[in-house]
Amino acid sequence: MSTFVYMTRCDGCGHCVDICPSDIMHIDETIRRAKNIEPNFCWECYSCVKACPNHAIDVRGYADFAPMGHSVRVRREEEKGTISWKIKFRNGTVKDFISPITTKPWGKFIPKLADGDKPNQGEMNSQILYSEPQGLNTNEELPKVEKSVFKKGVYY
Amino acid sequence: MARKTIYEECDVLVVGGGMAGTGAAFEARHWGRDLKIICVEKANIDRSGAVAQGLYAINCYMGMQWGENMPEDHVRYARNDLMGLVREDLGYDMARHVDSTVHMFDEWGLPMMKNKEGRYQREGKWQIMIHGESYKPIVAEAAKKSADKIYNRIMITHLLKDESKQNRIGGAVGFNMRTGDYYVFKSKTVIVAAGGASHIFKPRAVGEGMGRTWYAPWSNGSAYALPIAVGAKMTQMENRIVLCRFKDGYGPVGAYFLHLKTYTQNANGENYEKKWYEKTKELVGEYIDHHPTPTCLRNHAFIQEVMAGGGPIHMVTKEAFQDPHLETIGWENFLGMTVGQAVVWASQNIDPKYTNPELTTSEPYVMGSHATCSGAWVSGPEDIAPDDYFWGYNRMMSVEGLFGAGDTVGGSAHKFSSGSFTEGRLAAKAAVKYIQDKKANGIQVSERQYQNLKEVIYKPMENYTVGRNEITGGTVSPSYISPIQGLQRLQKIMDEYVGGITYNYMTNENTLKKRTRVARMVARRS
Repeated sequence: MSTFVYMTRCDGCGHCVDICPSDIMHIDETIRRAKNIEPNFCWECYSCVKACPNHAIDVRGYADFAPMGHSVRVRREEEKGTISWKIKFRNGTVKDFISPITTKPWGKFIPKLADGDKPNQGEMNSQILYSEPQGLNTNEELPKVEKSVFKKGVYY
Repeated sequence: MARKTIYEECDVLVVGGGMAGTGAAFEARHWGRDLKIICVEKANIDRSGAVAQGLYAINCYMGMQWGENMPEDHVRYARNDLMGLVREDLGYDMARHVDSTVHMFDEWGLPMMKNKEGRYQREGKWQIMIHGESYKPIVAEAAKKSADKIYNRIMITHLLKDESKQNRIGGAVGFNMRTGDYYVFKSKTVIVAAGGASHIFKPRAVGEGMGRTWYAPWSNGSAYALPIAVGAKMTQMENRIVLCRFKDGYGPVGAYFLHLKTYTQNANGENYEKKWYEKTKELVGEYIDHHPTPTCLRNHAFIQEVMAGGGPIHMVTKEAFQDPHLETIGWENFLGMTVGQAVVWASQNIDPKYTNPELTTSEPYVMGSHATCSGAWVSGPEDIAPDDYFWGYNRMMSVEGLFGAGDTVGGSAHKFSSGSFTEGRLAAKAAVKYIQDKKANGIQVSERQYQNLKEVIYKPMENYTVGRNEITGGTVSPSYISPIQGLQRLQKIMDEYVGGITYNYMTNENTLKKRTRVARMVARRS
């Protein structure tokens, strides 16, 4: 597949240009709409399809090996925290799937470390990382083994 | 050329905003409260790196809280899978920290599947299942909250060396993908968290489908190009990874093998792996008897069977897919991380409930976070690394102040997404310590150094700008070649001399020597 853009649905907003990891969604200067300028570097990651507010971007399987007449459509709803897929086979078979994309309101539970407790020098000199050892949920210290073990190799 | 030069100074420069880079940017803030932390990404960190598309499993989780595995178990596993060629200190270190990383992801909102006891649902011994469509945007948010600045759409091309002390890092340079402006980052430390190398070998699909590589097509090998150019010591760069995947879409097989319990067979419906047992044993000895069988040996049997005429090889899915729950997992597994495979099956009317889909072996890749060990030779952690594997700071390369994580670090396979994020955290803490210990004082980077690199970077554009007026049009010029032409030239050399698909992955000393001669010749002039 590679992505393509429907002429009548695209309004040239550029969300796809902003998100494409391969940097291949560009705005055509003449028609002022987005297009895939290098389909052979498209990973079919659907980032642009998901980001398009007008559902103007679709995918047609790669010409090398995918006959036409199929579709895999997606709707990602951040507020609801879900993603819905509809797969249409060339022979008409349809399969629907829906999955969660998050369990929490966006970003709310990600800490702003700059505002948290400052680590002390003892922690700095130790091997622990942020949230450790508590974050390992083991009620124990960070595991450690003797160096000599690695020199020999951990054998069976 | 009227290209601006933008100059910026910082303490910690993270190159690449994928799993390793976001981990580094996040952790650096915890330890370095007053430091200036910058993360530079060539795409947009909300959807960049190998996890841009999402993941349906976290492939590295110990489960120490439930007594499932300990770090040393993972060391044995990874060591066996790589047939002995791993840095056990690095693997152990990653594994002992990885659970805290995964617990954070859970807390941040990543949907983890749970079993009846409330534990993370296992796909296999090391893998846990997630609904990870938004894995990358979630971890990106953590990096954004921590870093002083995230630069999207800036491609770092070279590292800068300090001019006051030998073998010490001084920063990095690159260009803006949108404006073409030149960016200079003078930095006390650099953490290379860039991607491994897709597309250095000729891919199986050569037309429109060329981008449907197993690893992301935007993984362009910066993980290695950057350190190599400043003289960092590397390890196992000859270790190519070849994947057994569903044909054309490269849909992953992990969940199918481990969770759905599907299995492979040759065209005659036989278990071909058994057939190659004796021959493989002659080659590798006892490894063929180990459990689990090293992945490369299973792939070896696949390749031998196809060469012997037993192909096509199929995955037997018809049994498992009769269970609607397993069928859903089978499809969602693709939709969560390799949508292209669902597209291929929809287009070819392959419903695994009624048809056993075909498998293939991919073109080779070079990377260091999946089941391979390519990358930089780095220092281990102080408390467990053997003396000759430790030189001051965890994950520091053989160049002072230059750290690595994820694909960049060699010798520590089976990190996957969670382990790469964890390794970014390890590198970041060490980088902060390096600065705290005043190891980065007095770094000098002259304007001459970065102006020279500017010339190198923009030379192809100049060649093109001048050369295009020499011809009437089209892609054929006597003065320049286009990026795709250069890439295809590389792919042909690698394919034919370094063991690509055309030669059935075979190479030898003589073809490698020939490759070196040919490469020198064709690289000299564009």
